[in-house]
Amino acid sequence: MTQAIRKLLVANRGEIAVRIIHAAKALGIPTVAACSEADIDSQAARLADEVHILGPSRADKSYLNVEALLGALQVTGANAVHPGYGFLSENADFAEAVLAAGAIFVGPSPQTIRRMGDKAEARRTAQEAGVPVVPGSPGELFDVDSALEAAESVGYPLLIKASAGGGGRGIRLAENAQQLSEEFPRSQREAQAAFGNGAVYLERFISKARHIEVQVLGDGKNAVHLFERECSLQRRRQKIFEEAPSPALNQQQRETLCASAVRLTEALGYTGAGTLEYLYDDVTGEFFFIEMNTRIQVEHPVSELITGIDLVQAMLRIAGGEPLGLRQSDIQLNGAALQMRLNAEDPSRDFFPSPGQVDTLIWPQGEGVRVDSHLYQGYRVPPYYDSLLAKLIVHGSDRAQALARARLAVEQTTLTGMASTLSLHGELLQQPWLHSADFHTGTLETWLAERRSGGNA
Amino acid sequence: MAEHTVITPLPGTFYRKATPDSAVYVEEGAQVSADTVIGLIEVMKQFSELTAGAAGRLGAFLVEDGDPVEPGQVIATLDPA
Repeated sequence: MTQAIRKLLVANRGEIAVRIIHAAKALGIPTVAACSEADIDSQAARLADEVHILGPSRADKSYLNVEALLGALQVTGANAVHPGYGFLSENADFAEAVLAAGAIFVGPSPQTIRRMGDKAEARRTAQEAGVPVVPGSPGELFDVDSALEAAESVGYPLLIKASAGGGGRGIRLAENAQQLSEEFPRSQREAQAAFGNGAVYLERFISKARHIEVQVLGDGKNAVHLFERECSLQRRRQKIFEEAPSPALNQQQRETLCASAVRLTEALGYTGAGTLEYLYDDVTGEFFFIEMNTRIQVEHPVSELITGIDLVQAMLRIAGGEPLGLRQSDIQLNGAALQMRLNAEDPSRDFFPSPGQVDTLIWPQGEGVRVDSHLYQGYRVPPYYDSLLAKLIVHGSDRAQALARARLAVEQTTLTGMASTLSLHGELLQQPWLHSADFHTGTLETWLAERRSGGNA
Repeated sequence: MAEHTVITPLPGTFYRKATPDSAVYVEEGAQVSADTVIGLIEVMKQFSELTAGAAGRLGAFLVEDGDPVEPGQVIATLDPA
């Protein structure tokens, strides 16, 4: 039995809480901002119809506190929870508890969250749906001959990895059979010494991988994709600059990649918005599924701008029992969109966190410009949570126009009172390799290291 | 002899332990050197070590493990050596 959303509890904070409240307002759904004591003066608390205090500032006592959130449902009479991203958004036990309380969890079923949260299970599910995964040896290997045989199907270059490994220990690279014969016994010894278990396996090494992900929407029966996002520009595995579509794919590759994502989504009977992450090998043109995020993502706006679909509204409609109401042919790729994350981090001090009070705040304006943020003049950014301050998002008829608008947007933005990564984006947008889209997941860190040693910070 | 204090330069959350399951970095009353780590300050999910700043005997902690702290707040007292 499906029930409509009468009142929505927003179980998150920051810009995504604001984003969810706006989407709910557009659909005429009353909202409750469930927040910590540190966020009583937040933008989300100001915008929501009601505010419910979950607990003290620490996330484990507020935004991660399942009991407090269930209590909030009861006290406020809200009958649905949007978990946003991070915090409890991919916690199957929380989703289960919300359902057990008779409320709607805006997202997939607890079973799906659990299934895709288990890496081995997710890999198996993908393979069953005919979605390529990073090639690896089927199991553990114990001697050089079987390793050489397995390497035939894995392909070179490959990594020899310890089964019991972690943290990069026991990993060795082999470019060819000769190197594999030499490195294999070393890996075994290393694995034995480090983990007390000499079992190793092989996995294809992708030297120049791009991180490309596909946005999907499903209603439990049908699924559609909203094309892909390119998220290769990362620092310490944190995305900094995202775009849609990926400038690396041609139309044929795009169709193949996105169709694979829809296959997996439909195989899961997926409900809501989700993202399938892939590694894309620039050298061979192959793509490999790595994992699925069963929630809305920080970079969802670029997909919204190129398709004209409001993903958060779609999530709420689907959670309220409405069918998808979209066929794949309804979704057209229009232009290009970029997103720049402004974090409260100081790029000249190795990205040291910089909470503070917003002094002057001027957002960019103009055609194709969108800002998703929870900041306002005088707002005190608390030190207890994520450093994301805002997302500057631009859309253009093509990538060149989007890049030009991004430069203007950065120039027009003024944020004082704390250090931020705004200036970094200004510099990034001047790099020729960004304009030619000649980058992979290691490019940003290499550039940052050169920039540091070059002393032009 | 004047009593010294250990002050946090950062806002955030103060921890006396590296992980919830580990032992505290230092006990009250322990002898410390200037670079002895007495706790962690978590700011926006990044952890910075807080050192004693001077050698001596650590007095009392004025904040509890897991308490929010402000820049300039006194974390502990210290009797200099």
